[in-house]
Amino acid sequence: MYILKRLITMLVTIWVIASLTFFIMKIIPGDPFASDADVLPEEVLQNIRAKYNLDEPIPVQYVLYMKDLATFDLGISIESESRTVNGIIWDGAPASALLGTQAMVIALIFGLLLGIVAALNHNKMLDYFSMFIAIVGISVPSFILAPLLINYFAVDWQMLPVASWGTWQHSILPSVALAATPLAVIARFMRSSMLEVMNQNYIKTADAKGLPTTKLVIRHGIRNAILPVVSFIGPLFVALITGTFVIEKIFAIPGIGRYFVDSIFNRDYPVIMGTTIFFSSILVLTLFLIDISYRFIDPRIKLTSGGD
Amino acid sequence: MNHLLEVNNLEVNFKTYGGEVKAVRDVSFHVNKGEIMAIVGESGSGKSVTVQSIMGLIPMPPGKINNGEALLHGQDLLKLSKKQMQKLKGSKMSMVFQDPMTSLNPTMKVGKQIEESITTHQKLGKAEVKKRAMEMIRLVGIPNPEERYNQYPHEFSGGMRQRIMIAIALACRPELLIADEPTTALDVTIQAQVLDLMKDLKEKMNTSIILITHDLGVVAETAERVAVMYAGVIVESGTVEEIFSNPRHPYTWGLLESIPDVNSETKERLVPIEGSPPDLFSPPKGCPFAPRCKYAMDVCVEAMPPGFESEEGHQAKCWLNDPRTPNVEELIAAGREEH
Repeated sequence: MYILKRLITMLVTIWVIASLTFFIMKIIPGDPFASDADVLPEEVLQNIRAKYNLDEPIPVQYVLYMKDLATFDLGISIESESRTVNGIIWDGAPASALLGTQAMVIALIFGLLLGIVAALNHNKMLDYFSMFIAIVGISVPSFILAPLLINYFAVDWQMLPVASWGTWQHSILPSVALAATPLAVIARFMRSSMLEVMNQNYIKTADAKGLPTTKLVIRHGIRNAILPVVSFIGPLFVALITGTFVIEKIFAIPGIGRYFVDSIFNRDYPVIMGTTIFFSSILVLTLFLIDISYRFIDPRIKLTSGGD
Repeated sequence: MNHLLEVNNLEVNFKTYGGEVKAVRDVSFHVNKGEIMAIVGESGSGKSVTVQSIMGLIPMPPGKINNGEALLHGQDLLKLSKKQMQKLKGSKMSMVFQDPMTSLNPTMKVGKQIEESITTHQKLGKAEVKKRAMEMIRLVGIPNPEERYNQYPHEFSGGMRQRIMIAIALACRPELLIADEPTTALDVTIQAQVLDLMKDLKEKMNTSIILITHDLGVVAETAERVAVMYAGVIVESGTVEEIFSNPRHPYTWGLLESIPDVNSETKERLVPIEGSPPDLFSPPKGCPFAPRCKYAMDVCVEAMPPGFESEEGHQAKCWLNDPRTPNVEELIAAGREEH
């Protein structure tokens, strides 16, 4: 019952996002064929406009688009008219998803580790060291970190390929570059969460049982400290796997990151809509999965369809 | 020396940004086998710090044990390594805390939390451990152990949680149970039940209990001996009968006086002890109670009184008990009269 209700809410959410994007997109001044207007005769332009229903009034365009969307048809790109938007997404998404997932795994493992180590050594050298790394991770943007990584690991030391996509060696540098910021954010978040938990009374109870320190930290500390972190991992994960403009551009990765940005500059309406709907669908779905997973990691949470 | 626990000259400080807090100063007491010994005192008097340093639960830093010893069967707990302490904690001595609402791990099944204190100290089969945990749940008076075993703390009421805490503490049948205000957070009716349970289990398991409280009613009902703490110092100690019928320290007089009289017909005002406790950043060199004491003499401000023993085991750190004090018996009699 809860799941059914959530699924309906998810559909409504996506519809609202799609509608808002559609109208906001139409408000942006400009025209996908502005640069062609000088070259092409008026009749040809008319025909092209008609092909994309751009000659209809906006409400009609909206209805036509929604009809297509209902059948999962996202239309054809205006910029590269041989490709469907579905095709663009399917071609680019796997690379982006793989890159994002790898980055997320790196960020999670090292971020959590760093946060835990920092918290357990509160106000000692290791704490300062971890938080120094975290601050560097947050403040150094990926477009600086990525060229640095390329310079040392690929150019100077020749350990890894400079760019492009293919083997797993290709994915190492971009994954690391992409992981840096989320890693730092997770580390800081985990540290404060862990500090709070380690001050809880139940930690004292466990300590008074004579529990060995490792068991105390893992079973009672980390187990509880990780709960608030999970809730913000979701959106972070979505942001990573749906493609990242900067990293994909620098490493020449055939992902979908660039379409989010390019489509807006080109006024490539179907691609703007397609990437937005793709992103929001994955976001909504991930949030849903996280909510479900809470049921299993936090026994105090019961999934009910409204009411108390 | 048949004392189970003997604490001598314990001194605990805390480093803070504002300076060093002298939380516990020169505290000595002992606990006999199978008895309930109460420590009473107001908030901040150092009673919790005293027992937490015995249990090795003081975070160091900022805490620091400057001096003293805590002998359990003659073995100094304050000198043990962390590992050695972990062996003793939960098996030979254990603790029940003040707030049952936050003292249990919210994401762990209650049964598992009881099992944990068994498995930490004893090598037993899974089935055997579970049996023991069930037995403990039943022993602390919780019905349906099978069902309760698999529940989480949020499915229990405050009183029930405190019973679980007691089950956790007693699972390995420790010789010493330290109960740090175990009933303060509970309803009055539940308080009595939990205290009765502790008394009952003490008889069954022959456990000694240190009961920390600020409720003199609880002391009168449960304890055999009592130590009164004020500003980090034990100002008076003795058997419950002695302390209640023959108190020899003005602070104890004040405490007894401040108990509201339920049987009183007329509406009486509560009798507070005027003033407030001293600043523990720089405790006075004399008696810490002197500034609030209406019987204070010059010497009280100048020098810390030693423990004056009157009856066997009844000690009061107050200059009024010094034989050189003029009219001491009259004063003490007068003080006793007032409450």
